[in-house]
Amino acid sequence: MSAAVLNAGVPNAQAARPASPTEGLIYTIARLLAGCRHVAVGASSPIPGAAALYTRAVSDGATRVSVLGSRRHNAFTNGGVELFDLAAQKRIDAFFLGGGQIDGFANINLVGTGTYPQMDVRWSGSFGSAYLYYLVPRVILFREEHTRRVFVPKVDFISAPGPRDDGAYRPGGPHAMLTSLCLFDFDKARRRFVLQSVHPGHTVEEVRDHTGFDFDAPMMIPQTVQPDATALALIRGRIREEIGETYPKFAAQLAA
Amino acid sequence: MSLRSVAELAALVPDGARLAVVKDESGVAMAVARALIARGARGLQLVTVPVSGLEADMLIGAGCIASLETSGITLAEFGQAPCFSRAVKAGTIQLKDATCPAIYAGLQAAQKGIPFMPLRGILETDVLANRADWKVIDNPFAPGDRIVVLPAIEPDVALFHVPLADRFGNVFIGRQRELMLLAHASKSTLVSAERISEGNLLDDEARSGSVIPSLYITAVAHAPRGAWPLAFGDEYGTDAAWMASYVSEARTEAGFERVLRSLAEHPGARLAA
Repeated sequence: MSAAVLNAGVPNAQAARPASPTEGLIYTIARLLAGCRHVAVGASSPIPGAAALYTRAVSDGATRVSVLGSRRHNAFTNGGVELFDLAAQKRIDAFFLGGGQIDGFANINLVGTGTYPQMDVRWSGSFGSAYLYYLVPRVILFREEHTRRVFVPKVDFISAPGPRDDGAYRPGGPHAMLTSLCLFDFDKARRRFVLQSVHPGHTVEEVRDHTGFDFDAPMMIPQTVQPDATALALIRGRIREEIGETYPKFAAQLAA
Repeated sequence: MSLRSVAELAALVPDGARLAVVKDESGVAMAVARALIARGARGLQLVTVPVSGLEADMLIGAGCIASLETSGITLAEFGQAPCFSRAVKAGTIQLKDATCPAIYAGLQAAQKGIPFMPLRGILETDVLANRADWKVIDNPFAPGDRIVVLPAIEPDVALFHVPLADRFGNVFIGRQRELMLLAHASKSTLVSAERISEGNLLDDEARSGSVIPSLYITAVAHAPRGAWPLAFGDEYGTDAAWMASYVSEARTEAGFERVLRSLAEHPGARLAA
């Protein structure tokens, strides 16, 4: 995708209000989802949800989206287990995971810091990550906060392990990682993140300063491609309306 | 089946029982959970299907819980669950961290009356490393293919809230099919319902596929607004003001006690009692 990133820097149309950081994130995720047949979006995920709906909107019917928590954009009728059964059957191409901590091997921690079980800081729990990370081919790690508190040398608890050469059944794994500063690829063979692009207004130095693990960076790092006027009109129109059903507060902020 | 009161439902959960409760979207029987706290339930082995929020947090805060099997405890946009966090730090509850599909798989094993269920993923996690009761075996059909096996989860009591039940003990669950699985897996199932239908829900063929038949239901209580202060389907939203005050108060034990005392006077809590 580097070529596409480098070549897509066409100037935006003059008329549109420039993309906000949130709109940039939605558009970047949508680009990562291109070609997916079925994208599932978990709880508390308005930006991934908006991106999935964007991908569907421009897919000419090729992309199906299941937004958990939505009535209109989720057709599941077999209860909470359906998402997990679909994932194991390879009927879901992309999903999103975050992490209180993420390390350079793409291990993610949703449980807490310190020593389990009496941890210093306890978070919610692993949810479906221990399973979905193994099974969904394009897991997009999405964590807006880009700090050394989040991006650590080694996670304190592995909720879901990054890819490793252990012979386990693992059709899934990390496809990319997006933060408020930048976009990484993950090189599964070398088990390292590779910086792909840096968002407007930020620098590679800033990314290094705020990342607690080592990663690869090519000599030339492009700026993350921003939505053009057509894309912005779609986000500010149809997508804002669609995601507003599940995330009304988020949709109201999008409009502002 | 005669209808019970909310307090009578709570009395049907014995101390020490393995109690299964459900995620917010499935329909949480908050009125019954408050009645459990009021009757001073102790030693419960709580299983969340597959996650929980306020319900688990309040039961933990009130000292009802001995062990907790869960894939996540969160108050969503209201933040981390304060009593849960406090109990984890203090080590006052036994923690059995899980992952959502593992809880469903355990229930599916119980539903089938088999001892365990295999499940993909999970292998190199600290979730597995901390679960002595979860095992890894070689796929008997493809040696070398390691796969996790999970013991059946057979709750003594399942507890949830539904939109509609009838006087025969049939309960309508709409799309919340995980409630069907849970009722099938559990030794007893207690249900609170927003409304009671005079007719038999199974008489309506268009709806009967979304009905748990009385075969699996132990008792039903009529509890209008029984999920308050949580949202319930399209029927009512979260009481955001109450939740915000809860997260700030329940940061301390004294504050949590104040919440419990004030609930006795709260119109929302009284409605469903």
